[in-house]
Amino acid sequence: MPNYRMHLLVCGGTGCHATKSNVLINELKRVLSEKGLEDEIQVVETGCFGFCEKGPIVKVYPDNVFYIEVQPDDSLEIIEEHIIKGRKLERLLFVEPSLNQKLEEQLDMPFYKKQLRVALKNCGFIDPEDIDEYISTEGYHALGKVLTSMTPDAVIEEIKISGLRGRGGGGFPTGLKWEFTKKSSADQKYIVCNADEGDPGAFMDRSILEGDPHIVLEAMAIAGFAVGASKGYIYIRAEYPLAIQRLSIAIEQARNYGLLGNDIMGTGFDFDVEVDLGAGAFVCGEETALIKSIEGNRGEPLTKPPFPAQSGVWGKPTCVNNVETFANIPAIINKGGHWFKKIGTEKSPGTKVFALAGKINNVGLVEVPMGTTMRDIVFDIGGGIRHGKQFKAVQTGGPSGGCIPYSQIDIPVDYDSLVSIGSMMGSGGLIVLDEDDCMVNIAKFYMEFIIDESCGKCTPCRVGTKRLHEILTKITEGKATEECINHLVELSDTIKDTSLCGLGQTAPNPVLSTISYFLDEYKAHVIDKHCPAGVCEALLSYTVVSENCIGCTACLRACPVNCIKGAPKEIHKIVQSDCIKCGACYDICRFEAIMKK
Amino acid sequence: MSKIKTFAELQEIRKNLENRMSLRKTAGSKDRIVIRVGMATCGIASGARQTMMAILDELQKEHIENVSVSQTGCLGFCDVEPVVEVIIPDKPSILYGKVDEALGREIVTKHIMNGTLLEDIIVSRSFETIK
Repeated sequence: MPNYRMHLLVCGGTGCHATKSNVLINELKRVLSEKGLEDEIQVVETGCFGFCEKGPIVKVYPDNVFYIEVQPDDSLEIIEEHIIKGRKLERLLFVEPSLNQKLEEQLDMPFYKKQLRVALKNCGFIDPEDIDEYISTEGYHALGKVLTSMTPDAVIEEIKISGLRGRGGGGFPTGLKWEFTKKSSADQKYIVCNADEGDPGAFMDRSILEGDPHIVLEAMAIAGFAVGASKGYIYIRAEYPLAIQRLSIAIEQARNYGLLGNDIMGTGFDFDVEVDLGAGAFVCGEETALIKSIEGNRGEPLTKPPFPAQSGVWGKPTCVNNVETFANIPAIINKGGHWFKKIGTEKSPGTKVFALAGKINNVGLVEVPMGTTMRDIVFDIGGGIRHGKQFKAVQTGGPSGGCIPYSQIDIPVDYDSLVSIGSMMGSGGLIVLDEDDCMVNIAKFYMEFIIDESCGKCTPCRVGTKRLHEILTKITEGKATEECINHLVELSDTIKDTSLCGLGQTAPNPVLSTISYFLDEYKAHVIDKHCPAGVCEALLSYTVVSENCIGCTACLRACPVNCIKGAPKEIHKIVQSDCIKCGACYDICRFEAIMKK
Repeated sequence: MSKIKTFAELQEIRKNLENRMSLRKTAGSKDRIVIRVGMATCGIASGARQTMMAILDELQKEHIENVSVSQTGCLGFCDVEPVVEVIIPDKPSILYGKVDEALGREIVTKHIMNGTLLEDIIVSRSFETIK
């Protein structure tokens, strides 16, 4: 094996692949072999570093230098300057906006400073396609420990001590779930990994599977041992091709090493895993619908009880856990439940991975201890709002969650605190909204999503959300009355109370939480027929600011319906009755002489 | 790839792989020592690459993990090439000249491991560098 003196870690997550990190990797390897350095310098493709905003990322070990936005064309310079001459490439270093200073080392970055990585510990650190790298970071040690020195009850007890709760959103104690499955007697039981990540803007599970697939396999085997299951399914959406590919490689490597299959490590324990592809229906993230889908049926939820722990896949006891939940298991076994319990808060121990998206500077993947405030996540780790705009709200929990306004930004992020203010943890998507976002429109967006994704089994969810959407559309078009807001609330409550599954029960949350925190905006739409954020087209009007207009005729020529009157060097005028509000004049004016209101 | 038959075997495999990841694991530590080898044309011509490989080999043999070896350009001491600089945190850096493979190994065993300088081959610096 070559004795590498330097490792170049290149992010190979989906985000960085989209910005050509795979081309970059090939280019780096090509230049290295051209210079005869291929046995000295190792190029490693890793999972997501989390700093997706500035990808592709290249991290140089042992120098700990962190390069951002590296293009394939930069390869030669990196190798000639940094690797051969030992000089850092200043132009590719990250400049921290708040300090206006170039930061060489990853640990200096505020983005990483407040993070604590348990589930993501190997993401961006190891090569996910190489089982040896996983093993060298204590991989499969927890499985070995469990199989050789613990009883199934002791494993479950350890998980219960840790206080780990389901990371898919519900927050059900994992240890209890395992215990219930263990207590059901049957000739065959199943472990299911729920990788049907469906919230808009969420990519935590995908990143774990792409960056560290073995951790999930190891944890599933541990769960199998604890509950008495010999078979596992990973239910993943087909639109995650890279994650599926890396999982398949990982499963094959683990089988070759005998870490999956029969008689694992000579202990007589059998466990194997199968990947099951879903078509990407949101409702299949609900465990009973997911089980239906694995069986080849239409993905529709069932009534509970019976719970999957009693009757799941093929009618056998089944334990369904989310990807991130599994990613915490090996560390809990290795370091102990008490260690885990000390992280985070009393009722929500551990960490949580969040996908930061929306109007935030550092779009990416972060992992913080539970109880970290939303302010820390948005302003310190996330680097604040883009273009210096005003923060308006952060949407958590996807279509099942709600909005957190500025007045609540100091809330500690854990399961119970978020529920107490009408939102929820959800799987971990955080979408940041700024002053240019209209809250009524946001609620409308989520309702559109729910209409598409409702499976149609229950009337309140199928028809009710459609009606909610119609009322919201009326509001955004200025055709609503104040009474409509009351209708929204009343209908929402009915949907919540009468739907069968989690999708319907939580579907009205975006509507209710925006009404409770942004009633002013709703009122502005229905009473003043005005959209304060300037989003709802029907309520907008474009006018000429006479002080700024120089009479250049640019807007007049751009207007597709000829509703702008004027002549060269004369102040123009928009004829409101003919205006179709397309915004062409606003976009073309270089003198800020068109006002949108 | 053969099957792992016992837990002990897994632990054995991990032990053998430790080396491979140590470079990454110790990168963040504050007591990381840097060894720089001058590898401009003159350095390479007088055998700097062999020196560097010897240093790397010695480090691996002695299981030393907190040392990173990097190349650097011409330091201007062409008559005493190959030149090797040892930078230990909070200590003035030491520059060695005419370091062949054997001396390279000695730098590791004496300077790095025992803190004893190789007095005979120290090159005194004749310049200041702007910060």
